[in-house]
Amino acid sequence: MDIKRVDEIIDQYNAEPSALIQILLQIQSENHWLPKEVLERISERLQVPMSRIQHITTFYKAFSLVPKGRHEVRVCMGTACHVRGAPRVLDRIQDITGIQPGETDLDLKFSLETVNCLGCCALGPVVEVNGKTFGNMAPSEMEKVLAQYE
Amino acid sequence: MPRLNSKEDLVRLREAILARRDPNRPCVSVCAGTGCVASGALEVIKAFEEEIEKQGIKASVDTKGTGCPGFCERGPVVVIYPEEICYLQVKPEDVPEIVSETLVGKRVVERLVYKDPATNEKAVHEFEIPFYKHQTRMLLGVNIKIDPESIEDYIAIGGYSALSKALFQMSPEQVLEEVKRSNLRGRGGAGFPTGRKWETSKKAPGDIKYVIVNADEGDPGAFMDRALLEGNPHSVLEGLAIGGYAVGASEGFVYVRQEYPLALKHVLMAIEQAEAYGLLGDNILGSGFSFKVKVHQGAGAFVSGESSALMTAIEGKVGEPRPKYIRTAVKGIWGRPSVLNNVETWANVPLIINNGADWFIKYGTERSTGTKIFSLVGKINNTGLVEVPMGVTLREIIYKIGGGIRNGKRFKAVQTGGPSGGCLPEEMLDLKVDFDELTKAGSMMGSGGMIVMDEDTCMVDVAKYFVDFLTEESCGKCVPCREGLRQMHKLLTDITNGKASDNALELLEDLAEVLTDASLCALGKSAANPFLSTLKYFREEYEAHIKEKRCPALVCKDLIAYYIDPQKCQACMICMRKCPVKAIDGGKDLIHIIDQEKCTKCGTCFEVCPSKFSAVKKLSGEPVPERLPEEQRKVVRERKAK
Repeated sequence: MDIKRVDEIIDQYNAEPSALIQILLQIQSENHWLPKEVLERISERLQVPMSRIQHITTFYKAFSLVPKGRHEVRVCMGTACHVRGAPRVLDRIQDITGIQPGETDLDLKFSLETVNCLGCCALGPVVEVNGKTFGNMAPSEMEKVLAQYE
Repeated sequence: MPRLNSKEDLVRLREAILARRDPNRPCVSVCAGTGCVASGALEVIKAFEEEIEKQGIKASVDTKGTGCPGFCERGPVVVIYPEEICYLQVKPEDVPEIVSETLVGKRVVERLVYKDPATNEKAVHEFEIPFYKHQTRMLLGVNIKIDPESIEDYIAIGGYSALSKALFQMSPEQVLEEVKRSNLRGRGGAGFPTGRKWETSKKAPGDIKYVIVNADEGDPGAFMDRALLEGNPHSVLEGLAIGGYAVGASEGFVYVRQEYPLALKHVLMAIEQAEAYGLLGDNILGSGFSFKVKVHQGAGAFVSGESSALMTAIEGKVGEPRPKYIRTAVKGIWGRPSVLNNVETWANVPLIINNGADWFIKYGTERSTGTKIFSLVGKINNTGLVEVPMGVTLREIIYKIGGGIRNGKRFKAVQTGGPSGGCLPEEMLDLKVDFDELTKAGSMMGSGGMIVMDEDTCMVDVAKYFVDFLTEESCGKCVPCREGLRQMHKLLTDITNGKASDNALELLEDLAEVLTDASLCALGKSAANPFLSTLKYFREEYEAHIKEKRCPALVCKDLIAYYIDPQKCQACMICMRKCPVKAIDGGKDLIHIIDQEKCTKCGTCFEVCPSKFSAVKKLSGEPVPERLPEEQRKVVRERKAK
């Protein structure tokens, strides 16, 4: 990521140390992951020690310290989806992609995540790929859904 | 838009908006909440806009995307005003017919209205649908009427009049007294009296105080706060400003969960609009009271919804809880008095100020007043948000409003209170739902998630699910929670794998006790509830897993096997083709057999086997029958035999 853009984001928040999480979130959403040199820049500009930044970036689920795949697959593991069979859907996705939740495959094609609740429980089990919602999923349908993504 | 500088300005603006708007002008309201958007609401809105233009009635019809009315099961939901005709599960293909029939021809499109699955009776209007009919929707009811991106829509229905009333007709003490008298209790979980919390902060020393909206709705399966913040953000802001006035705070925060992008967008927009209209910011309505609101986004951590953790996160640090020897109402953000209430609690405040505490206490029970929104999800026919007065029974919510259990299955349990709550069995269905009754029964109100489970749900698996969730979400700061949960998870996994020793339940009970007594914050203190409540009501299921290595609900993967009944198999080859690991041996007219060595127990064969055959079975606690001898594998078809 361009350091100039990082500076712009920091300036939006007047380089306030209390805005640290907000700055990290914005960079995460634009760049999909947080490279080390970006974190070092933030540490320097906000006058916040790297240790605290590390603490935050590893504590929260929203942050990734490694590059993400081209397609982000998010499987809802909320209670409603769980009782409707989400664990079997997740198992099937793991079989197809060969990756576990939190991982990215070697071709950088898919990143797999589980989420606690996407809040569309009426459609459970729910899988989201790049923000598009697939509702009422079953293990037998996953191959077809994932085949749409190159 | 010029700033409003007095209470009269607000009244005049409201009158002007109403005068500008013809109540008989047709309006198409489409729910644009997250649930309906996931089922395609945005495409429906676009189709309406195009079709209205195409049929040349654009000048006389309005179209708007609104907040969530709660009936997610049948989304996208469309309501046509002024007739209030309600169409359900609308697809873009249906739009031309709705426009020409209903908007132009003033006729109802029968096939899109609600049809009762049991009686086949139709209901054209929202208020006639059983799902809505038995609710008291004081908060959710307005969602479908307003565009959350328009402050004028909110002002038109009387918005900000409560703030104006508080600022000009009441002293901060009177506002506090009214909220105390209303007996409003915190909707976020514990049910702490809101008025008492405000009073503590008001009396606490210090000039700078804060009020905060907790919109870090973390309980999986609960989304009422999202619906309110997304659908009617101004009502929450109005409540917050009233709270700020009462406790003497001039700054407020909204802490929104990162997973709710639409709620975030709407609340940011609402703040900007309210500031432009002079309803937030400096010298509100010329009253001398100034109040600013900042939004802070969470980053995906369940524990950060805990009061002290949330306040630490607002300070820009890691959202971990801290010991609360002194309450956050006295020492919160940056050590200053801070009032934290949940979204739904704040949304109730304008109603109390406008209508008075006496009106509010008419709803609900003596100790739990007002209404509560529940998110009714799981194995239920009508998934959605349900707002009822407290004291209504579980049975009424699940059967009268929720329409009973899906696919005619048998009810087994309802889980309330999220990961800190518990599961209640069938015997408890007549329990009156309020803060105290649920706690007495071993569960809790929590934020209002209600997950319905049927006979196919394994209660040990559910307990394991919540412990798994909490193990992941425990921040690790205190040992009882971090290590206790990890051990509980290990023991529960052993039980579901059929590897548990006979004393597993005793060990689990010991751990549960330590966790409850010794954890730092509410996450750990209540973490044992899902286990304890399932053990209390479903002990026999735990014992079946441990002693017989059997999962009675046929869920736990390691304890079940899939088997094709040779009597029922018609050799249709569907399961054989769909099996992802090619574990099914069969062919034309050849009874299919599952190779137990290859089977990964994904359940695909069970799902795809046509219901008229239902040949695939799940077995648990019994051996899989011997493989059929080859000479008996030929399918004898009854139809052909005739």
